[in-house]
Amino acid sequence: MPEQKTLATTGNLVVAEAMRQCKPDVVAAYPITPQTTIVEEFAGFVAKGKTDCEYVTVESEHSAMSTCIGASAAGARVMTATSSQGLALMWEELHIASGMRLPIVMANANRALSAPINIHCDHGDIMGARDAGWVTYFAETAQEAYDNTIMALRVAEHPDVLLPAISALDGFITTHSIDRVCVMDDATVADFVGDYESASALLDTDDPVLHGSFSGLGGPFFEFKRQQREAMEGARAVIKEVGAEYSELSGRPFDVIETWGMEDAETAVVVIGSTAGNARHVARELRANGRKVGVVKVRVWRPFPYAELAAALKGLKAVAVLDRAESFGAEGGPLFTEVRGALYDLETRVPVVGYIYGLGGADVRLELIERVYDDLSDIAAGSAAPAGLVYLGAREEA
Amino acid sequence: MPQLTEIRWHARAGQGAVTAAKVVAETALAADQYLQAMPEYGPERMGAPIKAFTRISSDPIEIHCNIENPDIVIVLDDSLIDIVDVAEGVHDDGVILINTCTPPAEVRAKLGVSDSVRVACVDASGIALDTIKRDIPNTPMVGALIKATSVVDLEAFKGLLAKNLSKKFGQEMIDANWASVDRAFEEVTVA
Repeated sequence: MPEQKTLATTGNLVVAEAMRQCKPDVVAAYPITPQTTIVEEFAGFVAKGKTDCEYVTVESEHSAMSTCIGASAAGARVMTATSSQGLALMWEELHIASGMRLPIVMANANRALSAPINIHCDHGDIMGARDAGWVTYFAETAQEAYDNTIMALRVAEHPDVLLPAISALDGFITTHSIDRVCVMDDATVADFVGDYESASALLDTDDPVLHGSFSGLGGPFFEFKRQQREAMEGARAVIKEVGAEYSELSGRPFDVIETWGMEDAETAVVVIGSTAGNARHVARELRANGRKVGVVKVRVWRPFPYAELAAALKGLKAVAVLDRAESFGAEGGPLFTEVRGALYDLETRVPVVGYIYGLGGADVRLELIERVYDDLSDIAAGSAAPAGLVYLGAREEA
Repeated sequence: MPQLTEIRWHARAGQGAVTAAKVVAETALAADQYLQAMPEYGPERMGAPIKAFTRISSDPIEIHCNIENPDIVIVLDDSLIDIVDVAEGVHDDGVILINTCTPPAEVRAKLGVSDSVRVACVDASGIALDTIKRDIPNTPMVGALIKATSVVDLEAFKGLLAKNLSKKFGQEMIDANWASVDRAFEEVTVA
């Protein structure tokens, strides 16, 4: 295994390091709030000559993604980063990037969307990009943010995939906290991601191609969308292959879901992002007291790991799904509806309860997670599940 | 059992608490410890009360939340005692370290903590003015912290401090900072 360097650094800085090591040809970013220190750090690398990337500062997040799309269509390896309102402003461009099958890799610092104005962690921004056709990884830690960013590039550029990918990390909790992170050397990462050769570069004058053209009634629009679905389905195997290879290289395990204590668990919490650590910490303490509890962390959100979740949660007496985002009018948050869907085909029904937590950066105290496990124990013992969605830890009045 | 130490910092924005929280965490890495340091992001205006957190552990740190039951509380501005409950949730065998000219017994009475909690006082602002020539008490406070708790190694901290300072300053500034650390280490009193 290649030697690695251990650093005390933030999620943002180590994602910038991953980007530098992936050697993008072009990075385009809007350099002002709500942008992250990812692009600030990366701009420093460019200024100091530590990368020969073309770094383009633009006047909005919409333009940032437009520039990424243009550069990627031209045949370049393209990366960027955004957050919150910035991701929201990119919305239409996100769909164009995936529809044009451009393997752009973008980090997102998961943060709340206004109103009320709030800059703190939740998944309201990233869940809004759920249906935009991007492969999406979620990090629990700065380490995973680094690893996910590198893996995402290999997956995005894989000929069986050719889809853009997001490497999401929790705002402030992961982006701004100092954490212990291992990074690989430049040559190892360069070798792992390889060089990118676009199969349909606009700048290849010997082989002229058309990108993003008109496809009206009777055109191939419908069939294009089916191809996108096939590409996203194809990504499942590629994510696992790339993950296994990366795991071998880094010594850090990877799977699309990570399970803890699930061998004999009777109840479990399903969670995504940094709160998985809080859940595991609480589960560890409960286990020490003889409670058969488990944790399932979703690390790849798109394509969603339905089969893996069904296998992990099969036969449980009660399952809680924690969502850090709302889907008003739905039965629960985005993760809740997916998990319930994943369990529908099981022979025996698994009771699933939904919780909304931590919106706008509300602190995820360990006692809140304990409360969830207590609810699950009650349900497992025959009590009725909470009627409707629980707003975990919210005060009675604003 | 994992050895986890949780530190909560209270300061006014501009006093360097966030930097200190991070440098203490970075120093722990030198001893092959796991670490975490983060500010509680609030209003970004000079002088506003802020909090920051440091965790140091022998094992990987999984939790991502604020510290409600600290082992160590560090207060960079003693006027905060009147407006923030700095002792909130501190462990019975914990330490509260305060930048103040007031004697520890008087501060202890004001805090109203149980006898088992140690109260440590040092005039870090005075030391900073003498040595670094500016009232930035964060660096001497770490010297006092090390004396009162041994949470990180003194020489490792001074080494890291020099490394960080040398990016922008010369040896004179490094010496002044080292002097502030040594003086606070010597002068901190515990009651």
